[in-house]
Amino acid sequence: MKIHKTQAFTLLLGILLIFGCSDDDKKVLAAKDSAAIVIQGTVKAELTAPPFVPQPVGNRPAKKLLVDMEIIEKEGEMADGVKYVYWTFGGSVPGSFIRTRVGDEVEFTLSNHPDNKLPHNIDLHAVTGPGGGAESSFVAPGHKKTFSFKTLNPGLYVYHCATAPVGMHIANGMYGLILVEPEGGLPPVDKEYYIMQGDFYTSGDNGERGLQSFDMKKAVEEDADYVVFNGKVGALTGDNAITANVGETVRLFVGNGGPNLTSSFHVIGEIFDNVHVEGGSVMNKNVQTTSIPAGGATIVDFKVEVPGTFILVDHAIFRAFNKGALGMLKVKGEENKKVYSGIKQEGIYLPEGGSIQSMPKEAKTKTVAVVQEKSLAQKIADGKQVYMKTCFACHQATGQGIPNAFPPLAKSDYLNANVDRAIGIVKHGKTGEITVNGKKYNSVMTAQNISDIEIADVMTYIYNSWGNNKTNVTVDRVKKVK
Amino acid sequence: MKTILRLTICLFVLLNSSLVNCQSKMVPIKGGEYTPLYGREGVKVQVADFLMDVYPVTNDDFLKFVKENPTWRKSKVIRLFADERYLIDWINDTQLGPEQQLNSPITNVSWFAAKNYCEIQGKRLPTVDEWEYVAMSNETVADARSLENYNKYILSWYEKPKTFDNVVGSTFKNYWKVYDMHGLVWEWTSDFNSVLITGESRNDVDKNSELFCGSAAINATDLMNYAAFMRYAIRGSLKAKYTMKNLGFRCVKDIK
Repeated sequence: MKIHKTQAFTLLLGILLIFGCSDDDKKVLAAKDSAAIVIQGTVKAELTAPPFVPQPVGNRPAKKLLVDMEIIEKEGEMADGVKYVYWTFGGSVPGSFIRTRVGDEVEFTLSNHPDNKLPHNIDLHAVTGPGGGAESSFVAPGHKKTFSFKTLNPGLYVYHCATAPVGMHIANGMYGLILVEPEGGLPPVDKEYYIMQGDFYTSGDNGERGLQSFDMKKAVEEDADYVVFNGKVGALTGDNAITANVGETVRLFVGNGGPNLTSSFHVIGEIFDNVHVEGGSVMNKNVQTTSIPAGGATIVDFKVEVPGTFILVDHAIFRAFNKGALGMLKVKGEENKKVYSGIKQEGIYLPEGGSIQSMPKEAKTKTVAVVQEKSLAQKIADGKQVYMKTCFACHQATGQGIPNAFPPLAKSDYLNANVDRAIGIVKHGKTGEITVNGKKYNSVMTAQNISDIEIADVMTYIYNSWGNNKTNVTVDRVKKVK
Repeated sequence: MKTILRLTICLFVLLNSSLVNCQSKMVPIKGGEYTPLYGREGVKVQVADFLMDVYPVTNDDFLKFVKENPTWRKSKVIRLFADERYLIDWINDTQLGPEQQLNSPITNVSWFAAKNYCEIQGKRLPTVDEWEYVAMSNETVADARSLENYNKYILSWYEKPKTFDNVVGSTFKNYWKVYDMHGLVWEWTSDFNSVLITGESRNDVDKNSELFCGSAAINATDLMNYAAFMRYAIRGSLKAKYTMKNLGFRCVKDIK
């Protein structure tokens, strides 16, 4: 009896094993042999600078794809007045976007401009082979090298320079993205953009003007002065913002060049409908923030339902508001109140309950309190506290603002021209375009929930700091501004 | 003014009379032991006494050289010995380009041309060890490699574009009274390919345990390695017939 039982169990196990290894599973296990895809014809690759991407591959057959890329070491602007020598693939940071399909044979020619100082190479994460092509592409200034590779796996991949010291080459901007589309291409969308985050390490602190050199010590300590999209502060804000129309689908190819920091990529006011996790084949849906490792990428898409400015950030949020990792997607079109109402009603909040309350009549005559005007020094001191609590995050410690996002208060022509207008903005907020010191800003300042006394203090502090016109703003004056 | 300076240098050399030509002044380098970047820690390399050019060879020097040695003119040079970019900025065989200055370093010359230039002067190209030995000094000390400022200076040069347009002597005079070892142009050495850094620097780390690269990758805080790696990387990317806008040379001589 006992023996019988064991035999039955063995039989059952055998059946399970046989059925467990069905045809479907075999298909999954057997890797599709992309190497066997036959190429038909030759085509020169279209390369684009960020934030643009080449035309979709669609369902074209696999081809021999010729990619010509030039390395240029050149001076650029990290932020207003901050110069930096970038090392670039194709003249931009990140480098030119390369778009291929699975099975393409990419013939890659890397040219090192004769004026350059250093040898460089390229490691493409889309390459299956030693060094990702780095060893075959090591090239001295004034020379070029050609190698080829077959794209075996669909996905979005980072490429970067891998010449010693690797970290320094990457930190100077030598990275970009190569997309390998699957058979038949990616599902069509209305708009596609190329965004890549990078961290930069400068000899001076964030905002320090002049030509900044690379700081190896800060890089080793991962103490970034700038964390930016597309190579510089403001590459995706103001006039450089990416755009779409209400009702369109938007796909973002987002990379992270590093060298050090992982990105918590987020679009304020949007939810990603689809995320190709880590740029691969796993699809996630309804995602708020997606993590992009240094040397990794992701593809996200979403439909824009309502108009407005949507802010792209690294949600490690000090990087966004203090180090530059801030971009904008401007969406035009009809409001859709069902999806988003905007402000419906403004009212008074009464913690004690909603019933109508009235002051006893006789009290009214007594309570016209006279506000004692403080000394100028006291106002400045109190105003500074208000400033650090309320205004500092956007307008920054020395009133310098954030380029292309928040206007400066220091030596501000707009501020100094009209005190009552400035008081009004603090009281009631301000939306829409203004020009400050010759630069256009288009952002939102909300009405500040502070008392008239506090407004008088903070305005006096601002007017008496950073080269402004030293107006002493009285509480009376604040009261008069409606 | 420049002519006067040249004459003065010339006279000075003649007065010293230990040196034959007045094309470039040489200074004695006292040899010694040092640990090169690519050596194993604790294993020192001996460098014998020698003389070294104070400045890199200039456009002017090389102009005279090709006038006297027509095989090295840009129209005559054999392709095996110099690639298509050889003296590319020169207007013709004996005229510099409009942007070029006589006392800027000669660049866009191959290793073969540089080697022959030195030989004709009765000199030779320095070895990597000789070059590195002299280059590890700053203004005041013979081995400044552990000093942060020294390494910062070199690293910042890598980020300054077009320094090849500057004139010789525009950087600092080092401990040995030699100018422009850092900050002007790269320089050919006789055995530039003896330390092989392939294009795949991370692979070098893996394979060649004799390179400091390995420890540098682990202990990347070492600025000395970073500054010097770039030199080894550039040497590793070269072949003897290559020419580069950022690459010149100077000569040395044995002390008999």
